[in-house]
Parts: sequence; structure tokens; C-alpha cells
Amino acid sequence: MASKGTSRNIGQSIRRLEAREKVSGRAEYVHHLRLPGMLHGKIFRSTMPHARIKHINVEAAKAVEGVFRVVTVDDIRTVVPNPYYGPAFHDQPVLADGKVRFAGEPVAVVLASDRRVAEEAAGLITVEYEELPAVYDEVEAMTADVLVHDELKPAATFPDLKHLKGRRNTNVALDYRLRRGDVDAGFTAADHVFEHTFRSQPVMHTPMEPFVTVADVADGRVTLHTASQGPSFVRIEIARLLGLPENRVRVKVPYLGGGFGGKLYIKLEALVAALSLLVQRPVKIALTMEEQFFMVTRHPCTFKIKSGVTKDGKLVARRCEVIWNGGAYADIGPRVTQKAGFTSAGPYDIENVSIDSYAVYTNRPPAGALRGFGAPQTAWAYECHTDMIANALGIDRVEFRRQNLLHNGRPQASGTIVKDAALEKVLDQLAIRMKWHLPFDRGQGRIRRGRGIAIGIKGITSPTTSVAIVNLYADGSCGLYIGTVDMGQGSDTVMAQIAAEVLNMDAESIRVIHSDTDVTPYDMGTLGSRSTFHMGTAVRLAAEDAMRKVQELATELGVPPRSNIPISELLRRKYGMQAGNIIGTGSFIPDYEKPDPDTGQSAKATPFWGVGGTGAEVEIDTETGTLTILRLVNVIDAGVAINPKMVRSQISGSAIMQLGFTTTEQMLYRDGQLTNNSLAEYKILTLLDMPLEFSSEYVQSRQTSGPFGAKGVGESATIALSPAIGNAVADAIGVHLTDLPLTPESIFLALQLASNARIGGG
Amino acid sequence: MAIVRAIRFTLNGTSVTAHVKPEDNIVDVLSQQFDLRGARESCGQGLCGCCTVYVDGKAVSGCLYFAWFLDGAKVETIEGLGEGQKLDPIQEAFIEAGAFQCGFCTPGFIMMVKKLLERHPDPGDDDIRHYLTGNLCRCSAYPEIVEAVKLAARSARSAAVASAAE
Repeated sequence: MASKGTSRNIGQSIRRLEAREKVSGRAEYVHHLRLPGMLHGKIFRSTMPHARIKHINVEAAKAVEGVFRVVTVDDIRTVVPNPYYGPAFHDQPVLADGKVRFAGEPVAVVLASDRRVAEEAAGLITVEYEELPAVYDEVEAMTADVLVHDELKPAATFPDLKHLKGRRNTNVALDYRLRRGDVDAGFTAADHVFEHTFRSQPVMHTPMEPFVTVADVADGRVTLHTASQGPSFVRIEIARLLGLPENRVRVKVPYLGGGFGGKLYIKLEALVAALSLLVQRPVKIALTMEEQFFMVTRHPCTFKIKSGVTKDGKLVARRCEVIWNGGAYADIGPRVTQKAGFTSAGPYDIENVSIDSYAVYTNRPPAGALRGFGAPQTAWAYECHTDMIANALGIDRVEFRRQNLLHNGRPQASGTIVKDAALEKVLDQLAIRMKWHLPFDRGQGRIRRGRGIAIGIKGITSPTTSVAIVNLYADGSCGLYIGTVDMGQGSDTVMAQIAAEVLNMDAESIRVIHSDTDVTPYDMGTLGSRSTFHMGTAVRLAAEDAMRKVQELATELGVPPRSNIPISELLRRKYGMQAGNIIGTGSFIPDYEKPDPDTGQSAKATPFWGVGGTGAEVEIDTETGTLTILRLVNVIDAGVAINPKMVRSQISGSAIMQLGFTTTEQMLYRDGQLTNNSLAEYKILTLLDMPLEFSSEYVQSRQTSGPFGAKGVGESATIALSPAIGNAVADAIGVHLTDLPLTPESIFLALQLASNARIGGG
Repeated sequence: MAIVRAIRFTLNGTSVTAHVKPEDNIVDVLSQQFDLRGARESCGQGLCGCCTVYVDGKAVSGCLYFAWFLDGAKVETIEGLGEGQKLDPIQEAFIEAGAFQCGFCTPGFIMMVKKLLERHPDPGDDDIRHYLTGNLCRCSAYPEIVEAVKLAARSARSAAVASAAE
């Protein structure tokens, strides 16, 4: 059973360890950090989406009193000969190098002791450009003459990208394919074939603490204080970029004011480290909210989906073509393309599947990871498509899903056997919560009401490694050394609960030592719902290792087994005074089998499955297009919840964020220029936007391979939310919108087009 | 050379002096001259509430309020809440309800909730949603924040009943 009533830690809603610091305003963020002698950097950004740089005029900026230095890529090159970085491709210059590839790209930096002096001076820089034709749309970029990069430069970090090295005359940074069965034969055998195209818009993470990094380079050592979700990766990439061994690069991360996937891999760190190396003084760059929109976005996506189905409603074939708009630099886009690609046929048991997923360069700000790693964009397509098929066949939408759902023990499209994925339970719970089989008030007159559900699945980035250290001090108290970054999800508390469970302590008594690569061991990153499963396992192993060593010490001291002598007493007997440590280590990497490059088939494509479902009831004013969410029901598979309250907070928090991506958020461009990069015009949700009825829950389940049965939960509620609302809107007004977001304008327009079509069609 | 002016004001009950430039806002002065970190500049446009402090008893956006005008004013920040180790009941309620995740917006919310409860000692959902709509939480701990406000209101009322009974 999932519940363990006897445990003092597992399944307990323990309060956050850092609660007092956060409510008193004392919690530490890089945002506040000042170092002696520190310079502030202000970035001057490109005003052109695609252009050759003819000349950068920095004289006026240099002349401003208080300016320490104005830096361009030529200055950077004197200390970093090859100033290009990135997790998947080494394609991004620290500062624009002869060319700009999106409007907003960093071109120069002004350094000054006074932040406002740097700002004023940056405004005086001018650049002469030779404008180049640009490409913005991901579908156009597939075949466009405009090339964003002359040559592909994959990083050595990912061996499976090696074949792309040196490829020219293309904007396609990665082409991922999956083939299962014979999709053409499947379509031939089908009684009905449906094909639709769906689009997701560009949106941004918008953490309340904007991107910020402080670098301090001196005496051949680099210290970075950075708001990063992946300190270990930052160290590796900065060491490579600057040509230093890893032990000369120290990366420290306190609390993060939100991350959501934005603060992953390497962002400001490359530029700020290079600047500090150049001037040999501490340098801080803190972006404004407006500038954040130029750092990283979520991938806009165009998804063409085609399904063959028998007359009694069995899905027999599905073809997916997914094109991801990666912007000007690849960031982690190729991984999004691949990971979201392999589940893009949805949580259904379909014999014949063909998937092509493309990462494409365009002249837009770079796109990267954002809570869900592409899964919400693919689910927007496959779950709206599911409703459209069910409606066309006249089958109940829940029944149609139930009939085709993947069951545990069956192969997913990748060939990996589905295990510990509570898809049926989530679907059943949704139907219960939505009172699906009861009559529903559909409204009247101009007010129309509808309801929808959707369910989705997500694979987890693999294989990735986490290492943990449990250090028992001489008095028996415990320090837990982990690289997992607590950015609000509550990892400090959950990891302490896992360690405490093994060590037979209270979680509150454990001290979690935050990321400092000089002190804490390697972790691949706080991303993709991986920490509870991966780091949680490493922490469990480390605590078990420590307990084994305690036993060994007891044996060595001749203490009879199960004597229950405190650890402090054992150490006192060993060392004759309060001294020494007992150190346990744990390291975890899940089993993985690389997918076949031609078919995407793999027996072990993911260490666990993320499963989430959403139900929505909506009301639409057909005269204005206004959409009101009457009810939002979120149900996920959490495995065993280590901390039930924090799991529910992850569900509700991620659902509300995704509701913003569904109804209000959209980065708007005109001629390649972003026009709404401020919270005044890019609307994230407030308390007033909360649905009238809102619930968050998880079903009883168990991830057998997870620590105490747990799995990751940070993204699951995002997956199926958009299509649940899209399906509810369609249920209300009879028209399925295919493009996100669902705004009053787009709903009104869809209603107008439908009524014109009815009039025109007679 | 920028003009610098010495101003005197009351900060969380203590008389202080600060040297400010015309362009300095309250957040600059609090963080750089007094090492107070609770008020934070996030959107820089007075739209998110992360920098909420009180000037003469009124909640203001510290990022938009020039420090120059603080001369003679009474300034209160999150650091002035509670007494010593004892947290304010609103802070306790935020912990109890789990009304924050990353914590970056939390001090601004708590300052605003204090004003909300002064005005509406027994707030309903609608009062809470409207009053706090100028504070943004990207982690979206909104359901827990509503719960915290109600908890704090309840504990303030029972404290009032208890002190009346004494």
C-alpha cells in the first residue's frame, strides 16, 4: 500500500525547512549579493533580428563618468579565444560575433561600479548593421533560403548529436524519428482517417527573481554565484570555455526566486565569467524583467497529427510531425525535440506509429526547457485531436480514451514497456470528479457552457546522474550535501525526509547544505521532475551507506548488535572525545538503453512515466468571446507522496502556470521585434484569475523503482491542462480552436468564422 | 557629479539617516544602505508587489517610490514585523498554510495581507482576491495564500476575544 501511517517522515506533510527565512525576508538569493570591488554590467542588445555588424560605436559610452570599461566580443576574445557555448551545440557567442541572430541579442556590455551609470552609458552605444533577411516561423524555417547558422556545431557532451557536425545549408538542428509497426498499412486498414494541425505560442518562464549571476575571477580561480538550476553543468561548461580544470571553477547557488526550467544549463554565466576574467574584478549582471524575455522562451511548436481508427473506435495508426521553433541558438532544444517527440503519440496503445520531430533554428530569442520539456505542447495537439475523433465517431470522450489507453505491461511507441503509470486511475478519478455521467447544464442564449478532459504522459530525461553525501557529525547530527537546487519546489525538505527515514531521525533536524561545487557532489540538474526520483535515490543510498558504516564502527568497538548506542557515543569511544565524522555516499543512474537512431526503439527509454490529467468546465459569452473557467480539476500520478502537502502545491502551482500559458500568455512579435516584454503587457495570472472551483489531487500508486515508492511531480499537472480547456471550449461553442492561447479574441474570431461558414455554406 | 542629499526618516521605529541620489528608489536604499532584503525589485514597474513597503502607513511599491521623498517619513518593512524571534501571526499563517514556494514574492504578499486584514478583519474570498490582485506569485501558491489569509484573520479574531476576556 502507498500509505505508511507508521513512518515519521514518509507521507508526512512536514513544513518547509526554510520557512522562517522566507516569511521574514531573510532568505538568501543571488539577487542581493554584493562583493567588494564589484562592477555592474549592463547589456547593450541588438535592435535587428538578423544582421551583419559593420561597426560598434562605443566612444560615447566610454566617455560617461564612472564607466570602467565597454566590452565587445573582440575584448572577450583576448581571454577566451573561442567564445561559443551551449549544452547541445556550441553555437552561442558570449557576445554577438560579427552577426546578430535575434532582436535582443547581447552585443556589448558596459561595466561600472554604479548600476545606473552602466545603464545610462549602454544607452549611448550605437551599431551600424547590414540587415539580412530573417526567418521566424518554424515551418518556413524548415525549407527557407535564410540560414540562421552557416554550419552546425554540436557539443561533444551528447554523442548522439555527433552526426550533425559540420552539416550546412539547413536550419534543422536535430531530426528525431520513431517508427513502430507499419503506419501506412495501418491507415489503409483504418475505417476513418483524421488529420489536424495544432500550434503553441511562444511564452516565457517569468521567474519573479530575474536571471542574475555574479562572477569573481582571481588568481586562476573562478567563483560563480548564480541563480542556476544546474550548478554542476555550469561548472563543466565554464571550465571548458575558459580552459580550466573543474577544480578551478566553483559554482554556488543559494535559493532561487523561481526557475521553471529557464535557469538551466548555461545562461548568463558564460558572459559574466568571461567579463570577470577580462577585468579581474567581481562582475554582476542582473537582468530586468524586460530583458528576461530575451534570455530563453518555451518552444513554440507546430504539430501535424494524423490518426487511423476503426469504426468501433480503436486507434490503429498515428503519424506525428512536430516542428519546434528553437530560436537563434539551440540551448537544450534538441533534447526537447527528442524527449517530447517520443511521447507525442500520447498515452494510447497504437500498433502503428510514425513520429518525426524537428528542432529548427529561427531568428527569435532562444527556446529551451520550460516545465514539461515539450510535453504540454504535444498534448495540446494529441488530446484535442482525441476529442475531435471521438466526437466525429459519436463515442463518449472518456470512453474513447479508456478504450485506447496504454495499460501497464504494454509497449509504448518507443517499445519501452509501460510500468507504474497510473493512467487508468487518473482517467477514472477525473471522470468521478467531473461527474462525467451526470447531465450538464449547457447554458442558454449568449452564454454557453462546456466541459472537457484530457490526459497526458511524459518521459523523463535519461540517463542522468545524482550523487549525495550524508555526513554524520561528532554529536550525531546530520548534514546532507546535495546539488539539487531548491527553487521553491521543496526539495530541501523532501530530501531531508528521505535521509531522515533511513537514519531514523526527524527531517527537521537535518541540515541541507546547498549547492557549492567545491563542497556538494555532482548532480545533472534540477529539471524535468527528476530530483525526487534520482537525487532521492542517491540520498537514500547515501544514508544507507552511513548506517552501514555506523554498524561497522559498532562492530569494531565490540558493541553488541542492536545495542542502540547513539552515534555520538560510538564516535566518542572511537576518538576519545567529540570528534570525527561518519560519511555515507550514494550515487544513482537509472538503467537506460539508447534508442535506435532509425526507429527510436528502446527497451528502457525512461526511468519512470509522468502522468497527468485535467478536467475543465467553462462558460463562454458568445458575444464577446470571454472565457470563464468555472471548474478545474487536476489529477496526477505521484507514486507515493513523500510530502503530500508539497505534492499538492506542485500540482496546483504547475496547473495555474499552465493555465496562464493556455489563456493569457503570449510573446508578440512584429517584424521580428518582441513588442510586449513587460508584465504590463505580458499577463501572468493573478489571484483574480483563479478558477472559481479548483482542486489538486493525486491517485494512490507506487513507483516501485523510486525512493519509498515516489516519483517526480513538478510537471505532471501541466501536461493535459491546455487541451482539457480547449476541449471544454469546443464542447461549449462547437468549434475546436487549434492555436494557443485561447483568448477572447481568438474565441470570438473562431465563432465568427464558424457562423460565416454556416451562412456561406447555406 | 550626481547630487547626493542626506535624508532622515524612521525605519521600523528607529530614526535613521541615508544619503540618496535623485534616482534612488526605496528598494535601492533599503538594500544598499541598510542591508534589508525583504523588499525586492522584480518587474520594476510597480506591477508585481515584490517590493511592497509602507510609507506613513500606506502600502507603496518601493521600486517606483523615490527615496528622496522619504525625508521625515515613517517607513515600515517586512523586517519590522514580529518581535525578536517571534513571528507576526500573518507570517505564522503563511508557514502553516504553506503559502509560498520560492519565497521571492512572499514578503510583499505578507505586507499586503496585513493591510488587507486592517481593512477587512473577516475577509471573504472575493475581498482577498481583489485586495491581493496586485501581488504576483509565479509559483502560483494562490490557493494556499487565500488559506493563509483566512487562518491569520481567524487567529487575530481569537486573539482579540482572548484579550477582551482578560
